[in-house]
Amino acid sequence: MRTELRLAGEGGQGLMTAAIIFAGAAAEYTDLNAIQTQSYGPESRGGSSKADVIIADEDIDYPEVDHPHFVVVMAQEACDKFVPTVAKGGTVIVDSTYVGSVPEVDARVVKYPISAKARELGREIVANIVALGLLTGLSRLVPEEAVMKSLLKRIPKGTEELNKKAFQAGLEAAKQVP
Amino acid sequence: MNETGPRLLQGNEACVEGALAAGLRFFAGYPITPSTEIAEICSLRLPQVGGTFLQMEDEIASMAAVCGASLAGAKAMTATSGPGFSLKQENLGFAAQAEIPCVVVDVQRVGPSTGMPTSPAQGDVMQARWGTHGDHEIVVLSPSSVMEAYTLTITAFNIAEELRTPVVLLMDEIVGHLREKVTLDAAGKLPVVDRDKPSCPKELYKPYGPGQGRLTDVPPLAAFGEGYRFHVTGLTHGEDGSPTNNPKVGERQILRIVQKIASRRDELARFEEISMEDAEVVVVAYGGTARSAKKAVRDARAEGIKAGLLRVITLWPFPETRVAKLREMGLKAVIVPEMNMGQYVLPVKRVIGDACPVIPLNKVAGQFIEPKDILEAIKGAM
Repeated sequence: MRTELRLAGEGGQGLMTAAIIFAGAAAEYTDLNAIQTQSYGPESRGGSSKADVIIADEDIDYPEVDHPHFVVVMAQEACDKFVPTVAKGGTVIVDSTYVGSVPEVDARVVKYPISAKARELGREIVANIVALGLLTGLSRLVPEEAVMKSLLKRIPKGTEELNKKAFQAGLEAAKQVP
Repeated sequence: MNETGPRLLQGNEACVEGALAAGLRFFAGYPITPSTEIAEICSLRLPQVGGTFLQMEDEIASMAAVCGASLAGAKAMTATSGPGFSLKQENLGFAAQAEIPCVVVDVQRVGPSTGMPTSPAQGDVMQARWGTHGDHEIVVLSPSSVMEAYTLTITAFNIAEELRTPVVLLMDEIVGHLREKVTLDAAGKLPVVDRDKPSCPKELYKPYGPGQGRLTDVPPLAAFGEGYRFHVTGLTHGEDGSPTNNPKVGERQILRIVQKIASRRDELARFEEISMEDAEVVVVAYGGTARSAKKAVRDARAEGIKAGLLRVITLWPFPETRVAKLREMGLKAVIVPEMNMGQYVLPVKRVIGDACPVIPLNKVAGQFIEPKDILEAIKGAM
């Protein structure tokens, strides 16, 4: 079984970090195999950014994601570009703080004000971790505890409480999805 | 960071881990995408092990610093991408000529020139072989996975030290930026080779004189500062290192630096074979593209098509003996997918000759060669 996930937005939104935390959780704390790749422009901030993750219980030869089962989008441009790539019957997670219209797709679309929620918790910089919580809760690919361990290992010291709150908020939001 | 157990590691990170395991103590570089992480991590890790990290003013100086550090006895490395690799060529030739062990990592991106900094390519295959001028041989290794970025970096240092030669680790953006689950301790304690040192009286030392050390054709290398007085030059030189215009002396030197690598072609050859025994179509691939080839060959087999993969790991010297064996298999075709306009297909074609068609499969401008592209080519050749 091979599951593909894609997180896309603008450079600087932390989606690469979220993808690394998620893939790291699977690789380091479960028996699953994981791969993480990315593509981005030459800019260090701004520009569109895409991070892909593949989780599998087998060898992963081809490392590219074609039709992700889960797509997280946190900017309108990324939404327009990547939501149509979602696999049939997959799940799209949309940050409604920045994304207005979502292309019609044959997939479940979950809208949540990810960035607004992060702001409410203290700082918008943890919007990626709110998204990570949503993705963890909705995909059920990797146990919450594994993602939490991977998160705490990879964030700067002193930011643990805020990140934990952000992750919990994402998990809670996922539980509200019917 | 002596972590055990599985880790999610990037190809570039694994390269540094491998270099440190091999005894890296000096890195000089000028950061460039997609190799930047190598410099970044070296700047953090080298001081922790008593090593030195130098950010130089450019790639030319970086390569010069690496040569100097190695002559002073340190295991030395630099890392770059296409534009920087071009600049390093002059001093890479100096290292080949002066027989200075070192490792040069090139994480390939789209060229020519500055091209597409963040997109993958395999366009430096011929440059790695012939980028510097004059007759020389060079060893070029190409990893396909994060684990192999680790093990092959160790191998690269071992070959460099053993044969007193620069070795190029030719990665591509696919492998350099890929994060993968690896367990480094699963590789076990890999052997580490250190250069041969002179044992003769200091006044008798000949830095370029054969027959003095472990290997008859590779002279031992003293470190500057140890009391051995010797001359290093890019000019053609005699056994004591002094420049010469004597054709006999010059020929001896040039032939020795070429032959010390060319004569070991078969022992340097490394490859991985998948489903080769009864293959009717063989894919010859390397680096990141070999991952697509592996999937394509597996998919073909699942459909009952007899496809095989010869994944070349030592790109140069060209694994002539192994590739020549393909001639005797009665193949319908050999397919060579590469993210360039067709570079490695040339020596493959030369060796296969008219034994069967050799089909190039190429994509440029950062586009991946997908498993389905290769599968289609396999089917087309059946």
